[in-house]
Amino acid sequence: MTPNPKYVASEKPSSFDDITSYNNFYELGVDKEDPAAHADKLITRPWTVSVEGEVGKPQKWDIDELLRAFPQEERVYRMRCVETWSMVIPWDGFPLADFLKRHQPTSRAKYVSFESVVQQQMPGVGGYSGIPFPYKEGLRIDEAMHPLTLLATGLYGEAMPNQDGAPIRLVVPWKYGFKNGKSLVRIKLQETQPLTTWGQYGGGVEYGFYANVNPDVDHPRWSQAKERRIGELTRRRTLMFNGYDEVAKLYAGMDLQKFF
Amino acid sequence: MKQKLVPLAFVACCLPAAWLGMQFARGALGADPIAALLNDLGYTAFVLLALTLACTPLQLVAKLKWPLLLRKLLGDFCFFYASLHLTTYVVLDQGLNFRDIVKDVLKHKFIFLGMATWLLMLPLAVTSTQGWQKRLGFRRWKRLHRVIYLCSGLASFHFLLRFKTPRFETAAWMAVVVVLLLIRVFDALLRRSKRMV
Repeated sequence: MTPNPKYVASEKPSSFDDITSYNNFYELGVDKEDPAAHADKLITRPWTVSVEGEVGKPQKWDIDELLRAFPQEERVYRMRCVETWSMVIPWDGFPLADFLKRHQPTSRAKYVSFESVVQQQMPGVGGYSGIPFPYKEGLRIDEAMHPLTLLATGLYGEAMPNQDGAPIRLVVPWKYGFKNGKSLVRIKLQETQPLTTWGQYGGGVEYGFYANVNPDVDHPRWSQAKERRIGELTRRRTLMFNGYDEVAKLYAGMDLQKFF
Repeated sequence: MKQKLVPLAFVACCLPAAWLGMQFARGALGADPIAALLNDLGYTAFVLLALTLACTPLQLVAKLKWPLLLRKLLGDFCFFYASLHLTTYVVLDQGLNFRDIVKDVLKHKFIFLGMATWLLMLPLAVTSTQGWQKRLGFRRWKRLHRVIYLCSGLASFHFLLRFKTPRFETAAWMAVVVVLLLIRVFDALLRRSKRMV
């Protein structure tokens, strides 16, 4: 997999083992080991990704067709979970911007919504996990078009493991991990701000739409000032925008306490 | 058999700590071993709390005498695991950063509840001996040790707030604790009504 020289590792990447055995993917179970243990309960072929809404060229892609149409490159990104742990992950993927441009967004496309898969044999579906499915996420159009935003289809040169959101998932490295919808089936461009699964949880006081990594804005139940890098024994200071300062201009003048 | 009950229970109560210690040392607690340690030690303490609370109800309802022999041991081990849980948080998770710990306790209900539970259990652990029962007098000692009911409530909510969404096991154990407390309440009301006759 060709590494993009702009996004190479400046820190030690997390091990493939850790990345594929410590996951939040409630459709496959709520404990961290559940998604790997129940990975076989996600069927990734056949798979369709539907692009719809405010686009000139809507399309229902077969996943293999999609993979051939958009060549992937390797990008090493930090990932910071809202639960205060983090990893460094060598993703394989392509910019969401390239993908969206192919579908010709109209002038009314102000937001992008993402919907994840629901399959009845997934143990968390139909059981109790605290959130409803399908899992929904969303971005503002400028966030979606930012060069950092990735559609990832693999990691460490391998096809995306099921527990990490096969066959295709979102990666937005300056936001908390829950913004990165896994196992995407629908991408819709729209005029209005999309409702998101965690944004609606508990009356919307715990998780916001923007969910930018911000050490100065605590979660109601815990501090966001420090994080545990998986593999390290001491916590490290959390960086604004997870260290991706290049996105700061997207939020110039915005109250990040209010728009958390 | 009854003589072996307490020593056997003692050994059984040591096993979770021994197991977790071994797994931690071997790096076999998964990608985030400190979080796993915190979770498992906390869960063990909570289960032991429920078991401690079950002793008297078992005697009241099933007329079993041997659970009462275990009550002190179970209570002491509940405190032991709660202390290991607290130590893991202070030393391993927060790296002895007391400024951050104080901020955490004061700003976040979840941590405050945990800290309050442990602090309230401390005098119970200290006075758990027969010596202290005599020193305080049985009536006063009994009243002091009713604080464990408050601890159950605080610990339950601490457990409930731990994960992004509450876990089913938490609700299940809370239901168990409520039933055990109701048995005590029922029994107290029954005894009071008998005295009035």
